[in-house]
Amino acid sequence: MNWGSAQAFFAMGGYALYVWGAYGVAAACILLELWVLHRRHRTLKRDLSRRDADGSSGQT
Amino acid sequence: MALNVWKYASPQTFYPLAGRLVPWFFTLAAVLAVVGLYIGFFVAPTDFQQGESYRIIFIHVPAAWMSMFLYIVMAFWCAVGMVFNTRLSFMMALAIAPTGAMFTFVALWTGSLWGKPTWGTWWVWDARLTSELILLFLYIGFMSLHAAIDDVRRADRAAGLLALVGAINVPIIYFSVKWWNTLHQGASVSLSRSPSMASTMLTAMLLMSLAAWMYAIAVSFVRVRAIILERESESDWVHELRSAAA
Repeated sequence: MNWGSAQAFFAMGGYALYVWGAYGVAAACILLELWVLHRRHRTLKRDLSRRDADGSSGQT
Repeated sequence: MALNVWKYASPQTFYPLAGRLVPWFFTLAAVLAVVGLYIGFFVAPTDFQQGESYRIIFIHVPAAWMSMFLYIVMAFWCAVGMVFNTRLSFMMALAIAPTGAMFTFVALWTGSLWGKPTWGTWWVWDARLTSELILLFLYIGFMSLHAAIDDVRRADRAAGLLALVGAINVPIIYFSVKWWNTLHQGASVSLSRSPSMASTMLTAMLLMSLAAWMYAIAVSFVRVRAIILERESESDWVHELRSAAA
């Protein structure tokens, strides 16, 4: 184990800003990508259902 | 066997297959990332020169590798699409581009945060950094060009051509540290010699790279499913799929 305490872990030997800045932004990018993609699927499903509804009412 | 490959080249058969594979790739990515981060932060020793700042390597190198690898895969699908005129190929290329751009940005960002404590600067206009920035612009250019052309088939071909021409940048990035004098260190891992780093560091880096790879596959499969639905929403099979689900 590298770290004597949780505090030492978060301090990263004085490089906390750099190390956590790197990992934090990387994690944020991944979460943002997943969220955008999730929304895209949701809107797509809604649009397709609406189109289905319009199509069936148009045919009858 | 060749028959199977072509079977899955159709959006109609690939759509459900991708849907079944996505959870597996996400799970693999998560497990690999947890193990990789554990080894990277709790097992790998402190670097005797750089202290703890070197731990950025476990996100920086995988992101940089994926940024180049995904570009090659994207350009490959563009080439396949242009030669064989297969519908799914360009959809795959389009699905990969945003993830490739994301990894390129992460590579640049983490590199900057690593450069400050080790080189004393956030950014230099040297060959490695500049060519990686150009890679980001190539991804963005690919997506913008595609979005700017209304006719999908023309958009595919125009953006595909851009992707293929831009592929020349990838070997430039890779070999830039050999060809030019640069602040960026040379390759720590290569096929021709043993790696110049502790084995636990290397293990963590490789696990994180595999995690990034699995994540990239999972995310591009999710995205390609959206693209398939968008493009083929008028087709019979999408109607059947939707009425079966409803």
